[in-house]
Amino acid sequence: MRLLPVLPVVVPLITAAALAVLTKLLPRAWSALIAIASTIATAAAAALLLRDSLQQPIVYWFGNWKPNGRMALGISFAIDPIGAGLATFAAVLTAAALVFGSKYFDSVENHFHALILCFLGAMCGFSLTGDMFNLFVFFELMSAAAFALCAYKTEDPGALQGALNFAVTNTIGAYFVLTGIGLLYARTGALNMAQMSEALASHPADKLVLVAFAFISCGYLVKAAVVPFHFWLADAHAVAPSPVCVLFSGVMVEMGLYAVARIYWAVFNQTLHADIASLRILVVSIGAATAVLAAIMCFSQRNLKRLLAFSTISHVGLMTIGVGLFTAGGLAGAAIYTLGHGLVKGGLFLAAGMLLHRFSTVDELDLHGRGRSEKWAGFVFFAGAIGLAGLPPSGVSAGDDLIHEAARAIGYHWVRWISFFAAIITSAAVLRAACRVFFGWGPRREEQPGGAPKTQESRETDRSQQRTPMTMIAPAVALVVAGMFLNFTPRLKRIATQSATEFQNSEAYSARVLRAAPKRTPTAPAPAPENPLFGISAFACAALGAACYLFSKSFRSTSRWITRPLSVLHGLHSGHVGDYVAFLTFGIAAFGLVCVLCLR
Amino acid sequence: MTRRIRLKFFLVSAAALALCFFWGYAGLPAFGHGSSIYADIVNAISVPQRHITDAVTAVNFDIRGFDTLGEEFILFTSVLGVILLMRRTKDEPAGDHEDKAPGRKVPPVSDAVRVIALLLLAPTIVFGWYIVVHGQVTPGGGFQGGVILSSAPLLLYLCGSYPKVRGAAAPRLIEIAEALGAAGYIVIGGACVALGGMFLENLLPLGKAGTLTSGGMVPFINLGVGLEVSGGFTLILLVYLEELMEEKES
Amino acid sequence: MSYLPYAVAAWLFLVGLYGVISSRNLVHLIICVGVIQSSSYVLLLAIGYRTGAAAPIFVDIPVGTPAVDPVVQALMLTDVVVEVTVVALLLALAIQVHKRHGTLNPDELRKLKG
Repeated sequence: MRLLPVLPVVVPLITAAALAVLTKLLPRAWSALIAIASTIATAAAAALLLRDSLQQPIVYWFGNWKPNGRMALGISFAIDPIGAGLATFAAVLTAAALVFGSKYFDSVENHFHALILCFLGAMCGFSLTGDMFNLFVFFELMSAAAFALCAYKTEDPGALQGALNFAVTNTIGAYFVLTGIGLLYARTGALNMAQMSEALASHPADKLVLVAFAFISCGYLVKAAVVPFHFWLADAHAVAPSPVCVLFSGVMVEMGLYAVARIYWAVFNQTLHADIASLRILVVSIGAATAVLAAIMCFSQRNLKRLLAFSTISHVGLMTIGVGLFTAGGLAGAAIYTLGHGLVKGGLFLAAGMLLHRFSTVDELDLHGRGRSEKWAGFVFFAGAIGLAGLPPSGVSAGDDLIHEAARAIGYHWVRWISFFAAIITSAAVLRAACRVFFGWGPRREEQPGGAPKTQESRETDRSQQRTPMTMIAPAVALVVAGMFLNFTPRLKRIATQSATEFQNSEAYSARVLRAAPKRTPTAPAPAPENPLFGISAFACAALGAACYLFSKSFRSTSRWITRPLSVLHGLHSGHVGDYVAFLTFGIAAFGLVCVLCLR
Repeated sequence: MTRRIRLKFFLVSAAALALCFFWGYAGLPAFGHGSSIYADIVNAISVPQRHITDAVTAVNFDIRGFDTLGEEFILFTSVLGVILLMRRTKDEPAGDHEDKAPGRKVPPVSDAVRVIALLLLAPTIVFGWYIVVHGQVTPGGGFQGGVILSSAPLLLYLCGSYPKVRGAAAPRLIEIAEALGAAGYIVIGGACVALGGMFLENLLPLGKAGTLTSGGMVPFINLGVGLEVSGGFTLILLVYLEELMEEKES
Repeated sequence: MSYLPYAVAAWLFLVGLYGVISSRNLVHLIICVGVIQSSSYVLLLAIGYRTGAAAPIFVDIPVGTPAVDPVVQALMLTDVVVEVTVVALLLALAIQVHKRHGTLNPDELRKLKG
């Protein structure tokens, strides 16, 4: 126990340092193998932590700087099932991405593996730490690796622009976080979250605390890509190498939401609890706006990776609603949703990567009917569409169900319709693209309004493109199947609800960290079994929508009444970094004003 | 958005943001009158408990040493990232230099600059290592000293030419040194566990405060960090200089 | 005048943001991101300053002498490294952008839309 909590962070980092030197000496297959082995070891260590923390959450003090009664001086890991679960999940997805990438790139000696491992180490540290500034440090480590990985294809002009937008917006977000941390330190004289929480609890929240809350939350929400901070995500995902997209979409974005939930429950809950109703309206409406807006954008894309990126934003909106309900059910739902969505979306991005490998394009119209030979990619796409619609027993359906239950319990009945809408549209978009690519259904380029301009996509590989190797097929199929059957046992929901209840017990968290006083949270009631009707009807509607779009010319032309507002919406996603930062400024200012004016 | 609209949109948002800054910063204690028990405790214990006379170093390398591990890897990752981004690709387009002033020649380096750079070279290296090893005594440490050390190759560039820098700097060796420095931090942390403590627990004899051997593991960490930082910055410099050379050639 | 350093920090942040959104050159834009980052240095150091206190180096002053906050200085050191690395990465991106797009003007980068 003296070493185990550190392993998920240091194993990938030290392997990265070794690989940085060894890649030039070792054959490529060896460095891939070392990286995969290290990732699996990380996953195992994180899984052990998960198992232990389910018995009893773990607090680990680096350098043995335990709090001496008055003050927490050192840095602590405060490991609970949700954090450990997220770290495990990150390692699993990384393993899948590495297996997929092992035969994917033409030149991996350029530190691809080392960067991925640094990325993984950062994500593990981020999900385990209990220190406010340490969270920022791992946030930046994660970002530095992500920026470089995003621009991996330096010969692609789009990749550079996407990475630049990603790096500038996220760095500015990080500096809002740091400003917030500075404000909180000036007020509390502490950096440990539990210590901050106790210092804040003694006074009612004033404007400084609210502004700090707004800055830190918004900084992490930039990473979570909610409206209006979401612009960078579509750009970054459209251009990053497909295995990297798996990590971006599947777990990095969700890390932003995790951080918001963590800082609220570990630091601000005791002082802001009286205002929770107003806060709930704010965060849930941000989530709802994100879900709806991104779903519409998703359906109107023809670049498959960009389509999947907007689908991710839409689903993140639903997770934001789950977190923003500020109840155990909502958080548990968001946690399961993260798993279910990450697995399915990871599989989908890998399938898009297979198409890119084979045909050097991910444009839906270019690929019209060409995917017939790619049976496995087709399988992943159709299974993914089913998984995104939330057909039981997929993880998405379980998450949806918990979020709906939690929303209904506090009177937010409309949340169900938002998530119904997002599920239909995003699933229909994937179905439509899949039918077009793999069956050749629907209109060809010439008949498609606005189909003329061809989007250029640079290849990620230049090896023989005759067939797709097994190392690409296996991880994609494994991920999507795991996502579809995630909720095979009712235990998952029970464990998640229990963990979320524990996550939200701020007093117990502080007591555990500062006084090593174990305090059990009462067992949460077992959630009711879900109603499969929701997922089935969502998928049926999605299939209907996709079929109408593909086969009915009049449907396509009547759908033009939305073309005008849609073109305005498209115009906002201009790819211009200045626009994105202007929206970021607007979002943070609005969030801050609402916090200060409405929470007092 | 057009430029004008973007600017107007930003100015309105920025006004609201300024209000947020005002509300937040107005709640701070007046400048120079803050207080923090954390700081007071650190100032009180760094010499008696850790024999480290520079309290900032005590925070960076002992009390909050794990942050610094992350920080070191941020640098490590960025160096990898810069090398990745600046790598030569097969279909590199011919550089267009239309934005460069036509007919403008880069003046040769004057002899005075060369001589001064040459004279400064040895003192810079000595000074850099001095700062690295005195981290626990006076302001400095691996980061500051490492940056000073990495300015040595730049001086060499000023007084000679790029091939000389490349020859003297031996990128491959520097890569190894850098990775060793980064891994060294983790190895030291792991050694603490092997010795029966927690990760990064300072178990070595603390020595006499104010001397080079004080602070237990802190001087060792500083050496590793110094290696990593000087190596990392030198690699970044080399990558950028390589780029510059390539433009000159073309 | 006791709030001036905080005002400077806020000003640096806002003016850096203005620079980023109005920039016509990526190198300028990246330096503006650096300006935003400097705002956090000013804020952190201002928070840690104590009137009349010494630097937290107990070589020639006895332990117990009032000293400024060493914690924020340590945080700032981390912050500096973060800034340097982010700027190095961004500049590398800018160089590649110039190679591939033939321009450094963000208004002329038109690869990603919609």
